Amino acid sequence: MKFGVVVFPGSNCDTDCFHVIKDVIEQEVEYIWHQENKDLSNFDCIILPGGFSYGDYLRAGAIARFSNVMSKIEEFAYNGGYVIGICNGFQILTESHLLPGALIKNKNLKFICSDQYVKVVNNQTPWTNLYSKDEIINLPIAHGEGNYYIEEIQLQQLIDNNQIILQYCDKNGNISEKTNPNGSILNIAGICNKDFNVFGLMPHPERSSESILGCDDGRRIFNSIVKYYLSR
Amino acid sequence: MFKANINITLKKSISDPAGIAVQNSLQNLGFDTVEKVRIGKYIEVYINETEIEIVKNKIDEMCRKLLTNPIMEEYSFEILEVSK
Repeated sequence: MKFGVVVFPGSNCDTDCFHVIKDVIEQEVEYIWHQENKDLSNFDCIILPGGFSYGDYLRAGAIARFSNVMSKIEEFAYNGGYVIGICNGFQILTESHLLPGALIKNKNLKFICSDQYVKVVNNQTPWTNLYSKDEIINLPIAHGEGNYYIEEIQLQQLIDNNQIILQYCDKNGNISEKTNPNGSILNIAGICNKDFNVFGLMPHPERSSESILGCDDGRRIFNSIVKYYLSR
Repeated sequence: MFKANINITLKKSISDPAGIAVQNSLQNLGFDTVEKVRIGKYIEVYINETEIEIVKNKIDEMCRKLLTNPIMEEYSFEILEVSK
């Protein structure tokens, strides 16, 4: 399976993602420079990594959405290609309307950098099939604008279509305001589009893909997509 | 030449954490008649056009396409004629 990791000016988790794909789950991977108007048909999965694309000067992800590479990625996604956006990548996916909603400043105004328990509420997706239903995993979060917002009608659609994939919780799986680090609606940490080929999440699975880093709960997200892709 | 002064704020229905922090600080300073603070962005765009109607349409389009995210923000602008 061949992955592409997009590099925007300001991406800072691109190397981590590249390393996990190449060295940890041992798949083919290539960087994709944001200015390239590249044909993406050779790729099976595109990763939009975390960071601060274009400095996030206007809004997180707003400028990246109009970079050359994004029109190709939109086309790739609309044709059923697999796209995962992590942190800033999630913000870019909402700005480009590949995922619904928006990410606004954390409710407590803090940039949060910590470990966070999340619940895998939907494990029937290409991205989470190696987790059990409602499994509680530990993933690092690091963001200032991770407060997921969506209007009520669209939120209901997310619920009805099982598009909510990950929710912030405590170690016992309790989902409440107390276990919500950033103020997201319904403690949402990750969602998919209706077809489940596009996945966006604020936590960083690439930073928890090796036990030497203290936790490897994130690795199964990458292993899940490989397993799903190869068994199609 | 025209200059557009664009103001962008979070939609009224969205809680503005930065605004609330500043509101509390103002109240702590003794400005206890402060009822509400909303924090937004101010953007100046200089545009080389001759017709104000064209400028209005272009600025509106810029706001909708890039400068704001209509899911969470709203905007207003004024246009002034300026010398080059």
